[in-house]
Amino acid sequence: MTAPLTARDRLALQWVGMVERWNSLPRASRLLIVLLLALLFYALPLLRPPILTTQQTDFGGIMFSSAALALVAVGLNIVIGYAGLLDLGYIGFYLVGAYTTGVLTSEHWHWPFFLVLPVAIAVTMLSGVLLGAPTLRVRGDYLAIVTLGFGEIIRLIVTNVEWLGAARGIKDIPHPPTIGPDPKPPFGEGGLFTIPHLSWNGLIPSLDENRGTRFLVFGAADAIPYYWLILTVLILVLVADKLVKNSRVGRAWEATREDEDAAELMGVPTFRFKLLAFAMGAAVGGLSGALFASSQGGYINPLSFPLLLSILFVAAVIVGGAGNRWGAVLGGVLVAYLPERFREFADFRLLVFGLALMILPVYRPQGLLPPARTIRARVAEREIELLEGGEDTGPTDDGLDGPEGPDGFGRTNSTGKVG
Amino acid sequence: MDFDFLINNFVGLTVTGLALGAIYALVALGYTMVYGVLQLINFAHSEVFMYGTFAVAWVFVFFHGKQADTQGLGSALPLLAVSLVAAMLLSAAIALLLERVAYRPVLKRNAPRLMALISAIGASFVLAEVMGLRNRFAGWFGLDDDLDNYVAKARDVYSNPVTIQPEGLFSIGDYAVKDVDVLVLGAALLMMVALDQFVRRTRFGRGIRAVAQDPESAALMGVNSTRVVQVTFLIGGLMAGAAATLYMIKIGATRQNAGFILGVKAFTAAVLGGIGNLRGALLGGLLLGVMENYGSALFGSEWKDVVAFVLLILILLVRPSGLLGESLGKARA
Amino acid sequence: MAERILEVDDVTLRFGGLTALDSVSLHIEEGEILGLIGPNGAGKTTCFNVITGVYTPTMGEVRFRGSSLVGLKKHQITRKGIARTFQNIRLFRSMTALENVLVGADANHSSGVLTALFRSPKHRREEADGHERGMDLLEFMGLAGRADELASNLSYGDQRRLEIARAMATQPALLCLDEPAAGFNPQEKAELMALIRRVRDRGYTVLLIEHDMRLVMGVTDRIVVLEFGKKIAEGTPADIRDNPAVIAAYLGVDEDAS
Ligand SMILES: Nc1ncnc2c1ncn2[C@@H]1O[C@H](COP(=O)(O)OP(=O)(O)OP(=O)(O)O)[C@@H](O)[C@H]1O
Ligand SMILES: [Mg+2]
Repeated sequence: MTAPLTARDRLALQWVGMVERWNSLPRASRLLIVLLLALLFYALPLLRPPILTTQQTDFGGIMFSSAALALVAVGLNIVIGYAGLLDLGYIGFYLVGAYTTGVLTSEHWHWPFFLVLPVAIAVTMLSGVLLGAPTLRVRGDYLAIVTLGFGEIIRLIVTNVEWLGAARGIKDIPHPPTIGPDPKPPFGEGGLFTIPHLSWNGLIPSLDENRGTRFLVFGAADAIPYYWLILTVLILVLVADKLVKNSRVGRAWEATREDEDAAELMGVPTFRFKLLAFAMGAAVGGLSGALFASSQGGYINPLSFPLLLSILFVAAVIVGGAGNRWGAVLGGVLVAYLPERFREFADFRLLVFGLALMILPVYRPQGLLPPARTIRARVAEREIELLEGGEDTGPTDDGLDGPEGPDGFGRTNSTGKVG
Repeated sequence: MDFDFLINNFVGLTVTGLALGAIYALVALGYTMVYGVLQLINFAHSEVFMYGTFAVAWVFVFFHGKQADTQGLGSALPLLAVSLVAAMLLSAAIALLLERVAYRPVLKRNAPRLMALISAIGASFVLAEVMGLRNRFAGWFGLDDDLDNYVAKARDVYSNPVTIQPEGLFSIGDYAVKDVDVLVLGAALLMMVALDQFVRRTRFGRGIRAVAQDPESAALMGVNSTRVVQVTFLIGGLMAGAAATLYMIKIGATRQNAGFILGVKAFTAAVLGGIGNLRGALLGGLLLGVMENYGSALFGSEWKDVVAFVLLILILLVRPSGLLGESLGKARA
Repeated sequence: MAERILEVDDVTLRFGGLTALDSVSLHIEEGEILGLIGPNGAGKTTCFNVITGVYTPTMGEVRFRGSSLVGLKKHQITRKGIARTFQNIRLFRSMTALENVLVGADANHSSGVLTALFRSPKHRREEADGHERGMDLLEFMGLAGRADELASNLSYGDQRRLEIARAMATQPALLCLDEPAAGFNPQEKAELMALIRRVRDRGYTVLLIEHDMRLVMGVTDRIVVLEFGKKIAEGTPADIRDNPAVIAAYLGVDEDAS
């Protein structure tokens, strides 16, 4: 094809090529590379690489919140990216997970943390089903406001119900159990051994005498063990996400998102699968909420769950590239990390973030890391466009309607007419 | 549940609820019209409204000064008229800017609609932050002293120096209906009727409906869709400015983030009535305002928003595309 | 006489004031190719929509192998054994050709999140079965080489054929094709008609909407003619050709109008 593609198209093709080359690597070497990468990520807060490391705020803490937001984004990606349901109230599930943990471990009962985790997930899934069952029949765009309302309702309930701690919140949520002896300050640090951190003098690393992480003490002093915990969870969730996406379930989601009527007529019980997406997304949201509740501070209150945070979750998914789990991870990390990295601009953080959100859609309309196939399709479309002589042929859909005239795709379908 | 309170104050709750609802309805227009034409949730419209509220307060500070004062509606009327114009102009300008900067470039690139939503969210942050950092920006130009009255404590509540004291105008039963509520309701209704007529009867109105129905055919028929979209934003902005003035008459204070919750409510009202439907926005707004009032009377004001959203969910269950359901495009001429 | 697989019994469907189907009755016999023809707006697609559960008839009954379909959900009807294509192509555009067919094949599968998570034997069996059937169908439709291509990147003709493959993947007893050759040139049309015969030879019963009278005559066993929502004729191609009502209905209307 001799059509002059733009630099951007070529870059996109290169990226697709890389993805394809990656997919064609033998399974064993792929696994090895992934393992090495994972190891690197585990070690990152210990290595404290220059440039990346935040100076003014605890780097381990930032890594923790980045991984946490990545986890949330991966969960929300199931709902928005796979099933195509715009959920603006995802924070509600996050909150349910956190409060279930708070209530069961501190406020009213004293269950051990790792027993509470599955319960929190189950309760959140249930709330997902309870919300979804009546509302998922509502037309697509209406769902956005309904879910937004749900997020707000949940927040107001915990703000006003005394049994849930009301405005004062829930405190003393226990940390996950320590491996090795418990810390008993000032005499024992607890844990089994200390892993030293690096410090950098320019590009020369050296071991830092003053910083170290005890293996494995979860506590207010050091966020790194939490980071490891949530990174582990994130990896497990990503694996599960991949397994489910590459199955009948994932296909049903995608078909439903593409054309609900057609999917239904091909035998997909779309409502059930949308509900399933809601429940799965809720489960991951609840899991993140539970981890958040027991993290460093061990304290939650309604102010930790503003609706605005929900919007940030959505931004993370879409910025990354809805429909791609790695896009979601990237989006989550960026949304959590960038504002912290640039604390120098402290007051201007949100402003800059807003500007970034405005600029991104212009330059990367599909998000930072859209699914490789989306890129391929777009480039193919561009090629066709160029072959046809370039000039403003409008959306290439038109070509497909061919002799059928203009009543093919587009709005006529949204009126429910199937033809 | 406090039924006695609801029954004893029924008239008052209804009247103030209607006034609040009228404000929701005016803001809802900005959501509903943009949705009708672009199928896009105009997330930053709340900020368009918020700028209007500041315009009102600034006009009062400019002409009246910073000192607190209480006035009746009658004596404040001249300044209110000026601030209405200022708010409508500022909001309309912001709305047009929004269309130009945040929406058009994205839609031109055929980006998915979700991406346009992201741009809108970004624009909303930017607008709110610009307002919240206005003292800093003024400082860059060394104007923070001169503009102190306008920019100091940019992130705090900013009050209209003149508090408008409502006075009873006439009574229904033993409830004295306040002049402020009558003004708010009357002004809002007047504006809605004018807009409705505009969309139904004028050439531009026909253009809006044509684009809402089918942008491609509209373009073929020679409708300038860019212009139509602009007019839509312009109208949304003007209405938001009017809403902002009425809001300031009733509430009297604003803040850099005051738009968010009101925006969510207004969007709820739009959906409640059937998004894309002008009369639906009015109905949805009024219903929401009244129901919120009844709800807070029954369950306590802390449950007000819960009532609003539960109402929304219930209505959508029964009528999945809102109360009046039909779209802007299908509205009959 | 062969068994009746589908019976449309006195079905009326109104859209507001418009009567799109007016007391239409027709039946399809096991193993036949039934042609459904009529001028534009006659109600052919609407008839498909009633059979596949998109619309509930205002009056009347639709029976599949003796049991009523009225009130069933669309996906339930598909799972009972009726599949269709669309007049305006409605593929899952962001999915590959093979994945499109797999979605169809999944209609007969039941694995869910848990089986997928643990890659249970059932999941493996169903995936293998789906891939095998999917590739087989793509091969049959001449699309095997394009299995991994995105549906949106296929040529127009390939998209039409993929729609048929996707519908066949649901393993229907009755296959409803809504103008599958629309937009084809005469050569392509002839090829497609031959293909439809082979589809029938694979054991499917076919209900075919087609504008081109000559083509329908060549491929169908029986024909039902609709006009303005009413059935005006029914019979073998030879009967239909000589039926004055049909000639009148098509008179002045170009045979190939679409
Ligand atoms: N959802 C709907 N709402 C209102 N009217 C409809 C709807 N669907 C179809 N109709 C009308 O019903 C009539 C029959 O339409 P149908 O699509 O079944 O015709 P057709 O025979 O398939 O025509 P064609 O050959 O053009 O495909 C037409 O007048 C059409 O406008
Ligand atoms: Mg048809």
